[in-house]
Amino acid sequence: MSSSGIARGVARGLRRVGGGTVETITRLGFASRFFIAVLYHTPGAFRRLRLTLREIYFSGVLSLVIILVSGLFVGMVLALQGVEVLERYGAQESLGIVVALSLVRELGPVVAGLLFASRAGSAVTAEIGLMKATEQIAAMEMMAVDPLARVVAPRFWGGVVSMPLLAALFSTLGVFGAYLVGVKLIGIDAGAFWGNMQAAVDFRRDIVNGVIKSVVFGMIVALIAVFEGYDAKPTAEGVSTATTRTVVGSSLMILAADFVLTVFMFRGVGL
Amino acid sequence: MNRATIDLWVGIFVTIGIAALIFLSLKVGNLLTTTNAPGYRLEARFDNVGGLKPRAPVKAAGVVVGRVESIRLDPKTYEGVVTMRINEGFNFSKDTIASVLTSGLLGEVYINLDAGGDPAMLGNGATIAKTQSAVIIEKLIGQFLFEKAAEGANK
Repeated sequence: MSSSGIARGVARGLRRVGGGTVETITRLGFASRFFIAVLYHTPGAFRRLRLTLREIYFSGVLSLVIILVSGLFVGMVLALQGVEVLERYGAQESLGIVVALSLVRELGPVVAGLLFASRAGSAVTAEIGLMKATEQIAAMEMMAVDPLARVVAPRFWGGVVSMPLLAALFSTLGVFGAYLVGVKLIGIDAGAFWGNMQAAVDFRRDIVNGVIKSVVFGMIVALIAVFEGYDAKPTAEGVSTATTRTVVGSSLMILAADFVLTVFMFRGVGL
Repeated sequence: MNRATIDLWVGIFVTIGIAALIFLSLKVGNLLTTTNAPGYRLEARFDNVGGLKPRAPVKAAGVVVGRVESIRLDPKTYEGVVTMRINEGFNFSKDTIASVLTSGLLGEVYINLDAGGDPAMLGNGATIAKTQSAVIIEKLIGQFLFEKAAEGANK
């Protein structure tokens, strides 16, 4: 191959990298402006409380079954595995600590967030994307109804309100599942189970931090879901791509944000 | 979907969600300790309470008979004062010995009550006279090394 051919190949590669970067930054900028626009329309979402309540129903209430069942089973498995390891050190009584801390600090917000992204986030994206594909959003604009206020903001806030409640339910059911397996099935002293747990779990450090995490994850999932839906190509394929992007993107963002938040919450700013 | 049905379900959802948060705060995080369980209080003074924590079990012959309610330091004698709540129905004689023990090497710390033979019983708020402090493993090791060194010097 001639040297000019190599140069052309390199230039094509660089152009692809550059194009990708510019596109990503453009989307990021659009997403940020979109976020500010959603926040700007927030008072409207709460003035039309009916719309937001409807979205809490669709994202929160309809996610209850999967969240409650997963929480129960995660707690039960955690208890089985925890006892298995703790038995080696003769410290089965510490099961309550292991289960409560891992659920309240990490598993509750993160697993509930991942389930919420796949159950509710995908549905929101598909709904808004299909509204765009069937030109309902364009029709709203024609009738001077702002789709951001009417469609997007209620869905965003419905997700943000639902997520912390779902995470708390997940942790509660998890602790209950661990109680069933640890105390009722394996026979750990119930007083030691609750007593050690209460001595180890701190309200400010563990529970408040867990709630802060779940609020942040709720905002991440809700924002990505409404943005991907609003930004979807108005075709069947575009809606399906947008739905996939919502689930993958918000799952990755939850895990990344969880790491960052954990560093700040439990190690302080200076590591 | 009917408006009233949505309202009802959202109401149920928000209520049980907040109930879960309250459960986590109170039952798991122990924000408020409810100490109105039936029973009576006993006090015991220890030179060292070791790793004893509030809500640790109080056992007699390995059976849980109560819980540790609070642990504080007597500012005059520098003793750890442990307040225990003993369940209704268990009475201990005046010469009972209270000791701080650990179940297993890394297990939980608890208070063991060895009942004596005195016919007089401890009443509400009584202080257990005979106590045995927690065994601090570091001190034991130190003592052991010191004795070994003394043996070597005597030879």
